[in-house]
Amino acid sequence: MAKMIERATPLKRSGPGSGATDRTISDIPLKELYGPEDLAGLDLERDLGQPGEYPYTRGIHPSMYRGRLWTMRQFAGFGNAKQTNERYHFLLAQGQMGLSVAFDMPTLMGYDSDAPQSLGEVGKCGVAIDSLADMEQLFDGIDMGAITTSMTINGPACIALAQYVAAAEKKGIPRRALGGTIQADILKEYIAQKEWIFPPRPHVRIIVDMMKFCTEQMPKWNTISISGYHIREAGSTAVQELAFTLADGFAYVEAATKAGMDVDSFAPRLSFFFNSHIDFFEEICKFRAARRIYARHMREKYGAKDPRSWQLRFHTQTAGCSATAQQPLNNVARVAFEAMAAVLGGTQSLHTNSMDEVLALPSERAVEVALRTQQVLAYETNVTNVVDPLGGSYFIESLTDEMERQAEDYFRQIEEYGGCIEAIEAGFLQKEIADASYAYQRSLETQERIIVGVNAFEREGSEKDIELLRIEPKVEAEQAQRVKGMRTHRDAGDVDRALAALKRACTDQSINVMPPLIDAVNAMATEGEIVEAMVSVYGRYTETPRY
Amino acid sequence: MPDHKRPLRVIVAKAGLDGHDRGAKVIARALRDAGMEVIYTGLFQTPEQIVNTAIQEDADGIGLSILSGAHMTLFPLVVEQLKAKGVDDIVFFGGGTIPPDDAVELKRLGVREIFTPGAPLSDIIKFIERECGKRRELVG
Repeated sequence: MAKMIERATPLKRSGPGSGATDRTISDIPLKELYGPEDLAGLDLERDLGQPGEYPYTRGIHPSMYRGRLWTMRQFAGFGNAKQTNERYHFLLAQGQMGLSVAFDMPTLMGYDSDAPQSLGEVGKCGVAIDSLADMEQLFDGIDMGAITTSMTINGPACIALAQYVAAAEKKGIPRRALGGTIQADILKEYIAQKEWIFPPRPHVRIIVDMMKFCTEQMPKWNTISISGYHIREAGSTAVQELAFTLADGFAYVEAATKAGMDVDSFAPRLSFFFNSHIDFFEEICKFRAARRIYARHMREKYGAKDPRSWQLRFHTQTAGCSATAQQPLNNVARVAFEAMAAVLGGTQSLHTNSMDEVLALPSERAVEVALRTQQVLAYETNVTNVVDPLGGSYFIESLTDEMERQAEDYFRQIEEYGGCIEAIEAGFLQKEIADASYAYQRSLETQERIIVGVNAFEREGSEKDIELLRIEPKVEAEQAQRVKGMRTHRDAGDVDRALAALKRACTDQSINVMPPLIDAVNAMATEGEIVEAMVSVYGRYTETPRY
Repeated sequence: MPDHKRPLRVIVAKAGLDGHDRGAKVIARALRDAGMEVIYTGLFQTPEQIVNTAIQEDADGIGLSILSGAHMTLFPLVVEQLKAKGVDDIVFFGGGTIPPDDAVELKRLGVREIFTPGAPLSDIIKFIERECGKRRELVG
């Protein structure tokens, strides 16, 4: 038997920041030292396996980054389609490997740029896309058949997908050839990000329609990116991010199988999206635990037989909420550590945040530094040379186990509500996150935890250290004018007929909404008009304010 | 005689299409824990709705949270609504992802204070106790 490691007096620092020396940022207790006794319950074959083999704790590919690097994919969008298209050309020229579209708030919430609700929001935190004309401009000069595109949109995801398909087909690229991902994860909207349109049940029905449509017609398209990112940004712990995201994923699997789909027909194209926060080892363990939990549930509980259905593939973004407005250049260092955690955790693609994003949309210079950070990680640090270099570490394996155990506890609690949608409707997940977020904030107030430049090592006026990107106010007026003008240059009869057909599909569960949506987009119906037509059937969701 | 025992009453508001409510909820709890009465409006309020709520609730202050970049539109609209309704005593402040130059401009337009990410809760509480306390002494 391995000799127990003992310490007479556990050592502990005193002073600011010392309150958090024996806990992760998510409050998981830590020992001073880990040893063989911490792996007593670990069965190497059952719990770790080989990289590329069930349960994929060590990664989904046998050779990981030796075979192929992760995709460097910077999320970008601002102003109008023309400005964002220029940024895309810049990013592709700098060696970025795929595109990722950030839409503005009106687009994400289903309003046209000239709607009263859109006032002040057009082009501010992403690009404004009102109609097919904007989507075509967004990809002007870009070979949509050669690149992959990720679109971060949820409430109106079905409309954005229809616009993307229509834009590609106008260029002669068939939908079969399109590769990419659409987020379309509505459950986390009710939990965390709050960009919903309809109530949960019709929204989930639309997502199942999208899954069916893509399974049949877009074999290279990832139909949902089940996202923990926003859950974490809303203030959750790492375990909550892990558990709630996987619970959402399982809810979609259940919805699709209930609608008659074979699990292996769609599961290989489900993907995940996680946050990489600043607690380095906890994040690595979170990614490893996520793969193992997913594999086990998909094989054992949902009966998937195709190994690809067991593999949790994921995109990672560094934690926006870990960035600080104070001394913003320090964010470059935070992002580098978080990016390395994602890579040591086995991510398939990565977005590194820009140093200035806590103050504004990123400037071109800040985006370049963020992308270069990934390139330094990929080409200089050599962390890519060995597959799962941390596998077998006493600490890593022990913390991975602990996170899996805590996530399983949450699954049981969610089950007690009757399932994920029911737990959301009861506000359980939202309350857990709000509690965690408040506890974290208190730990900063008391200086139990330190954030450099915020509650220690401050310097007055440091917010002005960098130049920020400004979105010209005229962008909004011009975009509003553009959509108004477009409405006068189309056949109103075509639009009415297309929207009527769409409403029929919304009412009749047996008609997939995607084909009539593509027709409506091609008839130049705007996003706002399409949403209004669908709201007339489904209604709009409202939340009970809780804090 | 002004009733100094009644706790300060503060509206925590979210406007426009911005769903980032982590900060607003943390502030709402912190103010409540500091002994204030807090009314959280929930998401997607118009400036007019926010000001109406403040008037109906006889609030001492309004704290508006915006992280979507629409602050230069929505903050001034709340100021306008307050003016239009003849309200000059409610302390209007806010926070969010607001660049320093914009914060200066918003303060010039009549927003009493702007708190950016990282602002200590204790500073926000002190500010409200001081400024809303002054209002309470004036209006009772």
